[in-house]
Amino acid sequence: MQFFLEVLVGGLLAGVMYSLVAIGFVLIYKASGVFNFAQGAMVLFAALTFVSLVERGLPFWPSLAVTLLVMVAIGLGIERGVLRRLVNRPPIVLFMATLGLSFVLEGLAQTLWGSQVHGLELGVSDTPFEVHGVMVSQFDLFAAGTAGALVIGLALLFNRTRLGLALRGVADDPLAALSIGIDLRRVWAVVWAVAGAVALVAGLLWGARVGVQFSLSLIVLKALPVLIIGGFTSVAGAILGGLLIGATEKLAEVYLGLTLGGGIENWFPYVLALLFLLVRPTGLYGEARVERV
Amino acid sequence: MTVFDAPLEPVAADRIARPARQQVAVAAITFAAVLALVFGVVPALANDYWFSAILIPFLALSLAGLGLNLLTGYAGQLSLGTSAFMAIGAFGAYNALLRIPHLPLFAGFAIGGVAAAVVGVVFGLPSLRIKGFYLVVSTLAAQFFVEWAFTKVGWFSNFNASGVISAPPLLIAGRDFSGPRGRYLLSAAVVVALTVLVRNAVGGDAGRSWMAVRDMDTAARVAGIPILRSKLSAFAVSSFICGVAGALWAFAYLGTVEPHGFDLDRSFQVLFIIIIGGLGSLSGAFLGAAFIVLLPIALDNLAARFLTGVVDVGHLENLEKIIFGGLIIFFLTKEPGGLAHLLARRWARTVEKLRRRRGLAS
Repeated sequence: MQFFLEVLVGGLLAGVMYSLVAIGFVLIYKASGVFNFAQGAMVLFAALTFVSLVERGLPFWPSLAVTLLVMVAIGLGIERGVLRRLVNRPPIVLFMATLGLSFVLEGLAQTLWGSQVHGLELGVSDTPFEVHGVMVSQFDLFAAGTAGALVIGLALLFNRTRLGLALRGVADDPLAALSIGIDLRRVWAVVWAVAGAVALVAGLLWGARVGVQFSLSLIVLKALPVLIIGGFTSVAGAILGGLLIGATEKLAEVYLGLTLGGGIENWFPYVLALLFLLVRPTGLYGEARVERV
Repeated sequence: MTVFDAPLEPVAADRIARPARQQVAVAAITFAAVLALVFGVVPALANDYWFSAILIPFLALSLAGLGLNLLTGYAGQLSLGTSAFMAIGAFGAYNALLRIPHLPLFAGFAIGGVAAAVVGVVFGLPSLRIKGFYLVVSTLAAQFFVEWAFTKVGWFSNFNASGVISAPPLLIAGRDFSGPRGRYLLSAAVVVALTVLVRNAVGGDAGRSWMAVRDMDTAARVAGIPILRSKLSAFAVSSFICGVAGALWAFAYLGTVEPHGFDLDRSFQVLFIIIIGGLGSLSGAFLGAAFIVLLPIALDNLAARFLTGVVDVGHLENLEKIIFGGLIIFFLTKEPGGLAHLLARRWARTVEKLRRRRGLAS
């Protein structure tokens, strides 16, 4: 039981990290209907830029500010250079475009800053401590706290500002939003900029956890099943989906992994997501807008 | 509204305008010319380097592109699991040839293809309930699961410690095809045969129902096209071809291959082939494959000539990524028909110009 709890808590906290990436996807999907495969590459780009600036002697906060500016600029650039040119094209084409985008960003990040692994120190120690006999990592708690703050911030942005109202309007019905004078382009620009900022937060936390390296870009593959389970349009769903994936993945690895030969965490979330798709195609919190055949 | 808003087979209008008998004659002459080129001119001109490093991978990747193009370009189902189906083809063919005595080589390839088709149908089943990029999840599940299974289950690789399989003896009717030229001829024969098959399928009943499902499935259903059968047959045929392509990739090109040789990057590579070459066109798979095989070589040569010491291999790799990614965005935004459409338009324009000039002269 003790062991089970420890695995569960570890999995849940790892799931928070997945949620963090998934939130970036939800933002963009809600506002522009694009599944942004390049979100992972944006995470990599953000983390690599930040680390390289710090390593070149820039202090923490200025580096953070510069990286944030860079990420916002990239977000705006993507909206202007790619998305705007693909208005009204089918979602599968938009998806493929973001796939191309992720290659460009990955290539750019590594051309600019090199491809070696960097360590990233956020000043939070990773020493585990005990809560009722269960070992909990301090860093994971910090990550969970950051994710919570991010979600609250986003919720305030969405529900308490005029901009948020416009965002929700566009998410609800782009045509209706256009017809009452909401500037679709401006909304998209804001959303992509915010997604860039979320990528920075995810990049810092993931980078501190596993080192800043190319594999950061691959967390997009972890976030996809999270989105399927949580629903593409809900931030709460992304959180819940992340927790669910994190927990079941670790439990499955520990309890099923031995009989199956280990290494199942690559495909297990996908099988879980597939089952979800068959039973509940909209995900836990998604809107019933999935196109059915 | 078509899914890719690109005219398919841009030359078709020209073809239809001709009388039927002339059309058949043109097709026959083109086919004969292609055969002469593939089996006569190319083997006479190429050397071992061209066979092993360029022509054989080009053929294998073209075939994989052709398979994926059926599914994505014609039937409108996006797949990121192409290389899983290639892996099944390779491992299936390996096991068939290993375990069934006196099995002809091509029969082994076909068994590998059928195995891939069966798995393809299984992972295609969710496409009956979900659509568009949601299907990416199903095909990614195939990708990760298959890679894992071939690594973990020893039987598939005849209990090789690291899951590596090696090419069976490439014998056809007692003749050895394991030299570079032989492997080229072998691959070319397979690719030509399957291309003819695909061309007929696409031009016939199956192809029309795939395109109808792609363009608007509700309308297709109303028009009496069996959605279920169309989608699953697209998955089956596509996976079969990808499977055979995988067998060629493993045995004619690489010689030995491990499961990780068929990773997600390979799937992306094949997807890029059809985006750059042209979604929904047969020639697109070949143009795209040629492009994707030649670009890295061209970059290497350029860098060796002009930038010696300035950029290293890692930089070139990143540069390649930027170029591929940029091209994908370019083609999707500016030329959704890919290279195939681009070239066809250029060609049509040149012909028009020539015609006009001739008209002025007379």
